Amino acid sequence: MNGFLDSLNYGQWILHALVLLPVIGIPLVLLAPERLAKHVALGVTLLTFVVSAGLWWHFDPSAGMQYRTAIPWMPRWGISYAVGLDGISLFMVLLTTLLGPLSVLGSYRYITERERGYYALMLALLAGLIGCFLALDLFVFYVFFEIMLIPMYFIIGIWGGANRLYAAIKFFVYTFFGSLLMLVAIIALVWKVALATGELSFGYDHLLRNAAAAGDLAPWLFAAFALAFAIKVPVFPFHTWLPDAHVEAPTAGSVILASVMLKIGTYGFMRFAVPFFPDVAMGDPVRTIIVVLAVIGILYGALVAMVQPDFKKLVAYSSVSHLGFVMLGIWGGTLASVQGALMVMIAHGLSTGALFFLIGMMYERRHTRELAEYGGLARVMPVFGMVLTLVALASIGLPGLNGFIGEFLVLLGSFGRYPAAVVIATLVVIVAAAYLLGALQKIIYTRLDRPENQGLTDLTFREVLVLLPLVAGIVWMGLAPGPILRRMEPAARAFVEASAQTDAPAGRTVLGQGEVAP
Amino acid sequence: MPTATLAQEAAVAAAASAPGGAISLLWLTILLPFAGFLVNGLLSLRRSTSKTTVSVVGPAVLIAAFVVAVAAFFQLRGLHAEAPIVLRYWTWMPVGDLQLEMALQYDQLSAIMLLVVTGVGSLIHLFSIGYMRADEGYARFFAYLNLFVAFMLVLVLGASYPVLFIGWEGVGLCSYLLIGFWFTVKENAAAGLKAFLVNRIGDFGFLVAMFALYQAAGALDFVAVNQWLLANPQLANTGIITAIALFMFLGCTGKSAQIPLYTWLPDAMAGPTPVSALIHAATMVTAGVYLVARSNVLFAMSETASIVVAGVGALTALFAATIGLRQYDIKKVLAYSTVSQLGYMFIAVGTGAYVAGIFHLVTHAFFKALLFLGSGSVIHVMHEALHATHSHADAQDMRNMGGLRRWMPTTFWLMLLATLAIAGIPPFAGFFSKDEILAFAFARGEAAPVFYLFYGMGLLAALLTAIYMARLMAMTFLGENRTGAAEQQHLHEAPAIMTWPLVVLGLLSVIGGAINLPHLAGGNEWLHHWLEPVTGTGHGLPWVASLHLPEGATEYALVGIAVLVGAFGLWLGIRSTLARPILTPDAAPPERGFARVLANKYWVDELYDRFIVRPIVGLSRGFLWKFMDKGLIDGAAVNGPAWISRHVLGKAGSLLQNGQVGLYVIFFLLGALWILRVALG
Repeated sequence: MNGFLDSLNYGQWILHALVLLPVIGIPLVLLAPERLAKHVALGVTLLTFVVSAGLWWHFDPSAGMQYRTAIPWMPRWGISYAVGLDGISLFMVLLTTLLGPLSVLGSYRYITERERGYYALMLALLAGLIGCFLALDLFVFYVFFEIMLIPMYFIIGIWGGANRLYAAIKFFVYTFFGSLLMLVAIIALVWKVALATGELSFGYDHLLRNAAAAGDLAPWLFAAFALAFAIKVPVFPFHTWLPDAHVEAPTAGSVILASVMLKIGTYGFMRFAVPFFPDVAMGDPVRTIIVVLAVIGILYGALVAMVQPDFKKLVAYSSVSHLGFVMLGIWGGTLASVQGALMVMIAHGLSTGALFFLIGMMYERRHTRELAEYGGLARVMPVFGMVLTLVALASIGLPGLNGFIGEFLVLLGSFGRYPAAVVIATLVVIVAAAYLLGALQKIIYTRLDRPENQGLTDLTFREVLVLLPLVAGIVWMGLAPGPILRRMEPAARAFVEASAQTDAPAGRTVLGQGEVAP
Repeated sequence: MPTATLAQEAAVAAAASAPGGAISLLWLTILLPFAGFLVNGLLSLRRSTSKTTVSVVGPAVLIAAFVVAVAAFFQLRGLHAEAPIVLRYWTWMPVGDLQLEMALQYDQLSAIMLLVVTGVGSLIHLFSIGYMRADEGYARFFAYLNLFVAFMLVLVLGASYPVLFIGWEGVGLCSYLLIGFWFTVKENAAAGLKAFLVNRIGDFGFLVAMFALYQAAGALDFVAVNQWLLANPQLANTGIITAIALFMFLGCTGKSAQIPLYTWLPDAMAGPTPVSALIHAATMVTAGVYLVARSNVLFAMSETASIVVAGVGALTALFAATIGLRQYDIKKVLAYSTVSQLGYMFIAVGTGAYVAGIFHLVTHAFFKALLFLGSGSVIHVMHEALHATHSHADAQDMRNMGGLRRWMPTTFWLMLLATLAIAGIPPFAGFFSKDEILAFAFARGEAAPVFYLFYGMGLLAALLTAIYMARLMAMTFLGENRTGAAEQQHLHEAPAIMTWPLVVLGLLSVIGGAINLPHLAGGNEWLHHWLEPVTGTGHGLPWVASLHLPEGATEYALVGIAVLVGAFGLWLGIRSTLARPILTPDAAPPERGFARVLANKYWVDELYDRFIVRPIVGLSRGFLWKFMDKGLIDGAAVNGPAWISRHVLGKAGSLLQNGQVGLYVIFFLLGALWILRVALG
């Protein structure tokens, strides 16, 4: 496989192609006849995915940042279009390119008006997301960060539900507020570094090497970055935009929002906020604040999810809970906790993506998301019931499926530093089962007593096609996550080392007579 | 009798196979039932499906797995292996120095568990052909049942705590699916959910135990953890060891239905009866006992944890037995009986008598599976009779039965064997295992007097066991028939496919005690010697080292008391039940006094609901969601400023908002620069 890819000079163009393909697709979709727009979009996203899939083999699992390229953009300001890929961004990119075609295919029936505009925005959104994960220049990152914001705003605002305007504006204001703060922090950091080194550059490596130049400003700059990313994650108490955005967004919007966009927040912490200012991030009081907020988010999200009458809101709040695990893992400070955090990011992407698709499929049939409106669907939609059960089980962390790996590693790896936080966070396994299996109960089990539900048809071939890759990923990642874990290890190790704190307690201490051979 | 011939064939096959033969095929025991799950699962999606394929595939995969298990057992016996055989397949979680393998461990303990699960499992699968034949979810039933066995085998074969945990959670899932098998009835689905949730409380404990164990030992596979424990005897009775053991035991109380997490098991009887026999009596619920026995070195290093284990076991044994006295649903009696018997097993493993615990686990699997399947036959026949006459009487209520011995003699005699076994009457299987547990508890009393109390509680529970079992048998099979004149015409013995598995279990209930016959009865304690490589590793540890069975006069006295108590209980149970005419449910007066407390199961469910479940849900809805989320954060912090800006700043702002995007960008940049200036000071 690698020989074939090398013969295509794969390494030279792949990162550019990943951003350019969706961008090129935008005019194609806009120029296509209204009826064909979705097929064009599907073709473009499929092509992007196929091209990106080569990374699985071509990516060097033993190396860190690779495929680096930098094209001068505004040399006067030290800005260049610099991109690269490491074990952290690799899976975020693959997750995005996988969900691209699925989101398009999943929108086939849901989106019935202004299709061209919708699919063009979808492609812009994907380009923005991929760009965010690839950017190795802070200015480029900021641009992509803003680019993805705008299509999502329109997707919610135009194709959303009844209260879409409120949700869209809330989403926009929240995120935009954060990103403005981040912009200020970026400029300040660049300025400080430029003053110290005499070189004006937005380049990631340059800033990372010289971030210490921020000096007394470091806590403020970290705070600005952290706030921007915390809103995106979202970390409690900045989460209230999420349930509204999800409930109003069309299915594919929710899928992309939950599966990929939220991860920009945690990715931002891992790529920028923490490595730039490790002493601030991992020192007191920040680490205490973050860990406490993470644990609150884990339990709070789950408890509030438990009492939601609307299935989509339930899943939205469950995202707050899952992303809390990612935050805990990042601050857990061990290889296991950081890799666990990355695994939660991927696993949540697959299972929550699948859940939102399933909710969309229910909604397309019954035009309601109220749990009370359903019941006994397993009798008329057995395949739907089976898939929903499997995905729900993955989401609540049943071992053997993908949700378990990440949560287990996060908790295992964080126990050394934060035993109390881990014990409290582990309580969520009870609440998670309560909210998701409780919902399952109301949807597919009990009596099929509503006449509207009795004629429902099971999943169509297209719908199965949308879900199948996600289900396969859920099972595969749960049983044999080794290939993924090995690919992300160098990058995770680099992060752990970069964020290491000299005064923080050690990750793991073996009691008694040393280590026992595994 | 198919299983016996198969066992012989397997023995021949094992003798012929080279080392590595059957044991290296152990993955088949998991994969075969899993393949059965896939086949039956796919068949269940097809609306009209022939039941023949299901009837063949469902039990066949189990019997094949049993054959492998038998062959592996004989191979292991020939090997005289002192160390466990670890079969590694792939690395599950490779993360730095945590290289968690997807690996199975085969040793003397897993060999026993494997035989019980596949053996009893095969019989119950065969029984289910008859029991579930008429159900429209026939294929789905076998799919779940096969999946359960696959997970159960992961549980008993897993070589590390996390791999065991896959099986642990997997069996919980299957239990959930099977309890709620008839999910169109809301109560069934709710019972399944309750079982899963209560088990998750236990799983929380298990997870924390794993985290703490990894933190302390740096490993999670059994071999390395045991090595670490034995290399560090100075850690005995330290807080960390006790904490790990107690968190792990919390997991056991969930899965094995002990106080305070036992409440799900009686509700679990909502599932089809073969499920109750397989999952909620013979196999899954004993997983907690298996876990403690598997971690015997860990528990042996904590006196406190061991006393807690034995204490909870004793309390549960007694408490559940009292409730069993006053239940009328035949399956509910057996459910509380199971909770109570599991309590015995925990007395054993808490006492440090790990072999006795496993011994009782095995014999209990035989006689309790038999009791459940027998009750299943009764319910099956009752149901048919009531159905034929369109009666709405409860097919499981013993007050509607009576005198069934006339129509179901085989079932009666077989269940009688199991009753004698569970009541501890010699020479039936339960006598030897229960007696051993009580004797060990008594012996432990010398060093830790609280065990005399546990012994007394166990003895009292034994008395109650005999009483409620005699009551069950008397109400069901003896006395006048209360089913109704018309219904009587339809009563008959269960079909052969349902009685033959019972015959095998009946045989095992009679002779099962032979696997660990004490010297007193002329035996050589085979199970003790067999499990020596597993349970003997901790012999140097204080908790296990000081434990010796009483000998001479004390031994005879203990045996004599136990037998007398059992016999007296049986007599009392029959006498008190048949003393007065039994009234059918609609004619029965409400319970009074302590009987009412027992009939209502001490109102524990209501207490949990009132003081735990409802406050949490109320807090989540009223405080967290409505007040915090909607009120405080959204209302005050988000929408508040938005309102102010709209009504105050908005007036000024609208002057600027002339729709020129360019102007926005300029303002935006100016603002950013201004903030920057301020920030940089």
